[in-house]
Amino acid sequence: MHPAPSLIVFTVLSGLGMGMIAWVGLGLGDWDHNFGWVAGFLSLAIGGIGGVASAGHLARPERAWRAFTQWRSSWLSREACLMVAAKVMFMLYLALWLLFGIEFKLIGWLAAALAMATVYATAMIYAQLRTVPRWSGTPTPFLFIVLSLAGGLLATGSIKGFTGGDVPVLYSLAWLTVAAGSTVWWTQQAAGARRGLHGSSMETATGLGGIGRVKMLEPPHTGSNYLLKEMAYQVGRARAFQLRKVGAFLGFILPLVLVLVALGIGPWALLIALVCHIAGMMALRWLFFAEAEHVQALYYGMR
Amino acid sequence: MTTLPERTEKKLGLVIDLDICVGCHACAVNCKEWNTGGYGAPLSDQDPYGSDPTGTWLNRIHTYEVQPQAKEAPAQIVHFPRSCLHCEDAPCVTVCPTGASYKRVEDGIVLVNEDHCMGCGLCAWACPYGARELDAAEGVMKKCTLCVDRIYNENLPEDDRTPACVKSCPAGARHFGDLSDPNSDVSQLVADRGGLDLMPEQNTKPVNKYLPPKPKDTPAPNLNLAKLAEPEAKGFLGWLDKALEKI
Repeated sequence: MHPAPSLIVFTVLSGLGMGMIAWVGLGLGDWDHNFGWVAGFLSLAIGGIGGVASAGHLARPERAWRAFTQWRSSWLSREACLMVAAKVMFMLYLALWLLFGIEFKLIGWLAAALAMATVYATAMIYAQLRTVPRWSGTPTPFLFIVLSLAGGLLATGSIKGFTGGDVPVLYSLAWLTVAAGSTVWWTQQAAGARRGLHGSSMETATGLGGIGRVKMLEPPHTGSNYLLKEMAYQVGRARAFQLRKVGAFLGFILPLVLVLVALGIGPWALLIALVCHIAGMMALRWLFFAEAEHVQALYYGMR
Repeated sequence: MTTLPERTEKKLGLVIDLDICVGCHACAVNCKEWNTGGYGAPLSDQDPYGSDPTGTWLNRIHTYEVQPQAKEAPAQIVHFPRSCLHCEDAPCVTVCPTGASYKRVEDGIVLVNEDHCMGCGLCAWACPYGARELDAAEGVMKKCTLCVDRIYNENLPEDDRTPACVKSCPAGARHFGDLSDPNSDVSQLVADRGGLDLMPEQNTKPVNKYLPPKPKDTPAPNLNLAKLAEPEAKGFLGWLDKALEKI
């Protein structure tokens, strides 16, 4: 699948913002007002940048408001609705806490739950597609939620350190380890999730399997087209391998080391860990799209 | 609403005979011709006369080579028109976030309301058949409408009220009708010829059916090309051949 920059920025930053909302909502900041202002503002801002990036993927962004109407059937529509619900609930939580001094735990938990539901809906946009086995035949929603919480913890943890609190070193180590393990697990599952995972082949695609083995003799046109650019993206094996190494190193290994360093030098190490983690997630998300195979490419002879 | 109807009153669709199709692309050309001026936005081309032309098509003709299991049998060439199958369980409809994609209750045709489409492209991802293309000029999703602006068009002579691809096929490889009626011509054809669903494992329940090529009625001659290169002459010519060889 075509790795559109708008979708990579959107899924990474929106996931990070939602992860931050979850940790703030769960009470990571111990009702510290400085933490509340900074973490509250930044989680909404980072999630907001992600949301704006998603509009960059639309050919007709002026019609994006219509995406709030089809929540009964469409995961993309559910995601849009849940995202707004999570942010409204979170702003209510922040307003009660920071403006009126009312420490309403339940609303924070609700905001956290809605934030995770949003990340789940984002993942389901991809995981629902039977046409793309690498997304639908793997634990994609689980991976998105774990990664969102890991990034969110690094971000809110460093803010906590900067605003005078204790850096959550142990939590960060644990979540990064879980996130790294989940990524390895997902990648192992994805390795076997090729076009044929659900039984599709050039023979079933053409209905000619009864005669014998099918191969492409001539494509419909000599030039390229939307279908090939969007759904028959091919990534070099060597390039994918290098990028996966970069993703693992920046996304998990370096942040794990930096979190340990944070024991000595405090929140700065966590902030650097966060920046590395985001860069690593961008690299891995590029692969998430680029390596995914769509069954319609079978019609173009790609097995 | 992008939920699918429980059932549709008719199942209008195409039956495509792979035994007959000669791969002339007339259906694709007439499809583009009619639909660039008909329902909705035109089917644009980008760099049409340049070195890298691309464009929106609702019908594309592939050509495949099929190698039968029996080793000596020669490969068969099959021309394969590919367009929207107007699936009963159309995944492209339910994923649509704006309500632009819908399946009609009255005839089962899957359409896009181009005034509501925001061009996110998710429906094209959900379709296993590559039947939907985002128009690069208009920014909305285009797909086969089963020529909804022809089949009910009372301004056209009655025999023109069929999809442009069916009307233009010079070989008679394309048929249009109601596949929910077991007595319709198209349903009879499907029953007689063992009409197939494409990618049934994708659980889309396509309405359009494909008729597989008929089995060969005469076995293919067992050609030994090496033998043809050295002709073995008999009689007078054989004597002449041998005599010449000796000289």
